[in-house]
Amino acid sequence: MSGHLITVFVPRDSAALSVGADAVAAAIRAEAAKRDLPLRIVRNGSRGMLYLEPLVEVETPEGRVAYGPVTPADVSGLFDAGFLTGGEHALGHGLTEEIPYFKKQERLTFARCGIIDPLSVEDYRAHGGFRGLENALAMSQAEIVKMVTDSGLRGRGGAGFPTGIKWNTVMQAKADEKFVCCNADEGDSGTFADRMIIEGDPFCLIEGMTIAAIAVGATSGYVYMRSEYPHATATLRHAIKLAYDEGWLGDNIHGTNRTFHLDVRVGAGAYICGEETAMLESLEGKRGMVRAKPPLPALEGLFGKPTVVNNVLSLCSVPIILDKGGDYYRDFGVGRSRGTLPFQLAGNIKNGGIVEKAFGITLHELLYEYGGGTITGRPIRAVQVGGPLGAYLPPSQFDLPKDYEAFAAQEAMVGHGGIVVFDDSVDMAQQARFAMEFCVAESCGKCTPCRIGSTRGMETLDKIIAGKNVDANLELLADLCDVMVDGSLCAMGGMTPYPVRSAVKHFPEDFRKKQHAVRVTHIAAE
Amino acid sequence: MTIVEDNRHLRGALLPILHALQEEFGYIDEEAIPLLATALNLSRADVHGVVSFYHEFRREKPGRHTIKVCRAEACQSMGANALVDHIKKRLQVDFHGTTADGAFTLEPVFCLGNCALSPAVMIDENLHGRVSPDRFDELAAETRANPHAHNQIPRALSHSHKGHAQ
Repeated sequence: MSGHLITVFVPRDSAALSVGADAVAAAIRAEAAKRDLPLRIVRNGSRGMLYLEPLVEVETPEGRVAYGPVTPADVSGLFDAGFLTGGEHALGHGLTEEIPYFKKQERLTFARCGIIDPLSVEDYRAHGGFRGLENALAMSQAEIVKMVTDSGLRGRGGAGFPTGIKWNTVMQAKADEKFVCCNADEGDSGTFADRMIIEGDPFCLIEGMTIAAIAVGATSGYVYMRSEYPHATATLRHAIKLAYDEGWLGDNIHGTNRTFHLDVRVGAGAYICGEETAMLESLEGKRGMVRAKPPLPALEGLFGKPTVVNNVLSLCSVPIILDKGGDYYRDFGVGRSRGTLPFQLAGNIKNGGIVEKAFGITLHELLYEYGGGTITGRPIRAVQVGGPLGAYLPPSQFDLPKDYEAFAAQEAMVGHGGIVVFDDSVDMAQQARFAMEFCVAESCGKCTPCRIGSTRGMETLDKIIAGKNVDANLELLADLCDVMVDGSLCAMGGMTPYPVRSAVKHFPEDFRKKQHAVRVTHIAAE
Repeated sequence: MTIVEDNRHLRGALLPILHALQEEFGYIDEEAIPLLATALNLSRADVHGVVSFYHEFRREKPGRHTIKVCRAEACQSMGANALVDHIKKRLQVDFHGTTADGAFTLEPVFCLGNCALSPAVMIDENLHGRVSPDRFDELAAETRANPHAHNQIPRALSHSHKGHAQ
């Protein structure tokens, strides 16, 4: 940091770029040059208040002051208002960390995201980075695994399997080679937390994977990225190179005898590769076909070797656990859902973004206190929780606490924490049809209930929507859903019925619109 | 063939090689399939199976720019279906089609990770949020006029296929 040079932050997060952050940064640079005001622009990650992007921040003695959403046309006015010293402006929000949306959060996993320069090892270290890894380097494998087990951390990808138990299985497996694979194939609509943390704090993932590797005795690892995320992929590749340069990856990590090599692989637009065994097949260069389990990937995973497969958010929660201890993390949350989850408010929501909170928060708080209702101003009619395989919930269920078990009891899932909001213009029969259509497009085809069931499900829904034999076809659909749930090899076919069944259950009137219309026409004709 | 040589040492090399070929030529030529099979000691059926499994791999030369429109639920909640109809009409193409002037290939995509700023569209590697039909028309016109108008990823960063691990 050079003396009194004013620092301005303009995010490089791709969501911020998608609404013009690059143009805003360029306008600020040009205006500063024109006014002969020296300043330093840092391209940080996003603070997660995506409704305010591009969110420009200025460093002041009192803290960082926020302005947003800023367009290039606003820049000259911001200079006139003295924003470089935190001056008042119509787009001003005061100190960033005092904005209620941000202040009320419990940021453990996203503690650094949006604060640091994502590609500065120095900045990362200055904000507590690599402390967890330093601790891990001085611990035995069993001690690391115990700490992660004690923290209560469960897989953040959706399944919620205890991370420490998975690591223990891999640690105890005997093999000449083991792997750590990060599942960054974040394909669920309504989720963007993996992308944001990789773009905003990539060293956190690298640190978490290295700790996992040391704990289980793995020497190589891969991050499986989506091809739809070119920004995150570019940032992560750059960060991995910097980590190698500074001795945090490679042979003899920071003078110890530990070794971990990390590489990025990119998928090719197949949703199913977010399923862990399909991802392993894809990493091996094959079609992303789901494998039958057992054998568990923990024992026979990548190239047949014992493999840890964890989600980005699980691995990004590990550094803080190793830094502050398992108890610190476990003290957040409720029941068997410990720690925090970065919830993602998406779709038709006024204040969309990341809300990291301890488990136990209700949908109602997330949707109204944080989200502020819909952006269209119409009432919320339904939310889909946990991605395209997640249930649609009506407002009567919004008091449900966010907790793995409470959601499972309602045949819903917390999943990856994504929440997609729909207003009252939504047609739930069409949403149910889309769930089946998505499964038709994305099924790997290995098992029959998923491959054929989804096509038959779509056809049946088309008949229902057209008003043909609605009662009989709804019965057929329910039967088909049972077969898919009970008979599919993985969650793709096994959970596609969740959005369908929940839509039929909570919004039955949408499945009878045409039937009523047909009847009315008949009566009129008679 | 240098692409194959540069990548064949990788474990599970087929996907990285296919990505590199598509980046270089815009699509996977039918003639590449037997060559890849020989180089990687696979059957032609294996290579064909992989190329045809993944939505991203193209078998025909695309237009100069690729437009990906998100069709997933979050974007649907903000009018993605109407946006898709508008784009198809405006460009006079259906999904997977290329405009008559060879400027754009239109592809559907399920989620671009921009779900709080829906509807989302990606033109080449550049992400756009809150895309109304009017905004789409502007973006398309700007891209036609200046292909690099919206470059978000520095080229030096987007072309690093070689990793560190084996």
